[in-house]
Amino acid sequence: MGWAIAVHGGAGDISRSLPHERRQPREEALRHCLQIGIKALQSNLSPLDVVELVVRELENIPHFNAGRGSVLTSKGTVEMEASIMDGNTMRCGAVSGLTTVLNAVSLARLVMEKTPHIYLAFDGAEQFAREQGVEIVDSSHFITPENVERLKLAKEANRVQIDYNAQPIQNDTKKEAPCANGDSQIGTVGCVAVDCHGNLASATSTGGLVNKMAGRIGDTPVIGAGTYANELCAVSATGKGESIIRGTVARDVAALMEFKGLSLKEAADCVVHERTPKGTVGLIAVSAAGEVAMPFNTTGMFRGCATEDGHLEVAIWSDAEI
Amino acid sequence: MGAWAIAVHGGAGVDPNLPLQRQEEAKQLLTRCLNLGISALNSNLSAIDVVELVVRELETDPLFNSGRGSALTEKGTVEMEASIMDGPKRRCGAVSGLTTVKNPISLARLVMEKSPHSYLAFSGAEDFARQQGVEVVDNEYFITPENVGMLKLAKEANAILFDYRIPNGCETTCGANVESPLHMNGLPISVYAPETVGCVVVDREGRCAAATSTGGLMNKMTGRIGDSPLIGSGTYACDLCGVSCTGEGEAIIRATLAREVAAVMEYKGLGLQEAVDFCIKTRLDDGKAGLIAVSKNGEVAYGFNCNGMFRGCATENGFMEVGIWE
Repeated sequence: MGWAIAVHGGAGDISRSLPHERRQPREEALRHCLQIGIKALQSNLSPLDVVELVVRELENIPHFNAGRGSVLTSKGTVEMEASIMDGNTMRCGAVSGLTTVLNAVSLARLVMEKTPHIYLAFDGAEQFAREQGVEIVDSSHFITPENVERLKLAKEANRVQIDYNAQPIQNDTKKEAPCANGDSQIGTVGCVAVDCHGNLASATSTGGLVNKMAGRIGDTPVIGAGTYANELCAVSATGKGESIIRGTVARDVAALMEFKGLSLKEAADCVVHERTPKGTVGLIAVSAAGEVAMPFNTTGMFRGCATEDGHLEVAIWSDAEI
Repeated sequence: MGAWAIAVHGGAGVDPNLPLQRQEEAKQLLTRCLNLGISALNSNLSAIDVVELVVRELETDPLFNSGRGSALTEKGTVEMEASIMDGPKRRCGAVSGLTTVKNPISLARLVMEKSPHSYLAFSGAEDFARQQGVEVVDNEYFITPENVGMLKLAKEANAILFDYRIPNGCETTCGANVESPLHMNGLPISVYAPETVGCVVVDREGRCAAATSTGGLMNKMTGRIGDSPLIGSGTYACDLCGVSCTGEGEAIIRATLAREVAAVMEYKGLGLQEAVDFCIKTRLDDGKAGLIAVSKNGEVAYGFNCNGMFRGCATENGFMEVGIWE
């Protein structure tokens, strides 16, 4: 048993013909964030500290849909959300509707540690951020030209995207239309970690859906949907928020391990391949025993993982072809 | 064709000194809501329609903490939230931060059915409400004099208060838990979320549905979201069952309590009552909460680990019960 860490930068219909200049920066970023997490674990930081640290880094990188680089609402604004959970104590924190807070995941942690509540949103969360003295910036900081373009394309197509897929506006659709525009292959970010003592933690952060209605909350801040950690495992999910919520995806991985005695890999595969519609979900998970699982039922998922025995990988699609 | 079953709740965690008159009013309201649901079920309305109907009634009545009669934020305003879930396809809808929408549960249903999303909050939700043409009123409509009084007491005690609904003048009986306040995150704050309302139903076709609605914690921070709008925590429904929870929000969220009942039924093969008992006994640690549940087989069950839960349940074979205490 040793430490293990996994990160993701979003699951979706990532075309295998993604141009090099779109792949490389993201793979680099995942490697960079993994290294930060590895060093932190090697320095004996707690998994809770590690996942926060790594997700902060992912939020700061504009290539992913979280923090800077968040996709835009239908009004052209950003509304960021995040959650974090500590497997030992099962304490958790979540935030939604942030517009000026530099690192949503850190505010989620402050909600967990400094308030009697679990979840703060919109004006109340922004007010709390100021009371806590966290770093605040003008919301234009988060907006990138690529996302302005993505929003424009989405409006033209008059549809809501999970960055990759064009999908009909229905809650229960199982159909996924292929991505129409060139590059919308970015997504939610997350990190799960376990130390050599079996302590687990998970954190997830996102800007949400391109062209989402203002006020739309996805799976990312919903404990049990996008994020979950207990004594058995830590999970961070990504993909179509509405499917992840109704599938209580992160919680179900742990539930299958606990109630049906499945291994981490079996539980994660079951949730992704048998219990959620194809094309909607990916997740990263680690177990108390130091195992890692990163299944997805979409075309691809930006991901990476490392374990104490020296294994390290960064990948996008499902076979050896990175 | 199977038989229907229905349960309603008006919150877990009840002041042991609640005046008898209050207890009577509560039981009458629960009975009235049950009867409303029963008529609807006998007219073959679907489970999802019935839970919405019943929770609307609970929201409209000022007695419990939802819609009119909601607990107040630290600013003296009302911010309401609700969620609804339809078992057959696990469709769901949720809303938070509502300030003018007369019936939050109906807006949650519209989110489920008329928007591409599952959860809308604050001004985005209020905008959607106007687009949908639902009934909106001034925030003052939801505020009752009793709750203004309770907020004042909560601020004086510098605590988030267990909203006992005790009329002004009975300060000796209210705050029974404030004397020895529960701690959470090291802060001396009581974290009961009292008198959230909910309804679960299984109709004659065996379809389950669940709905939960609340004003949240008295003296809560603006923007605070509890368990009630979180699918899997306060509300859950699937092919097997429908569940609505109430009590300490943090405990319910950490336990993903509503989903837990369904998960142990599905993954461990437990029956409804066994699943409810298992979850209440083992999943809450120090937290206080209660829940109501129905199964696709027409069973109804409830459980709570605190000193009372306002509840009522009925099944098609004529069983009916309304209660507060153990």
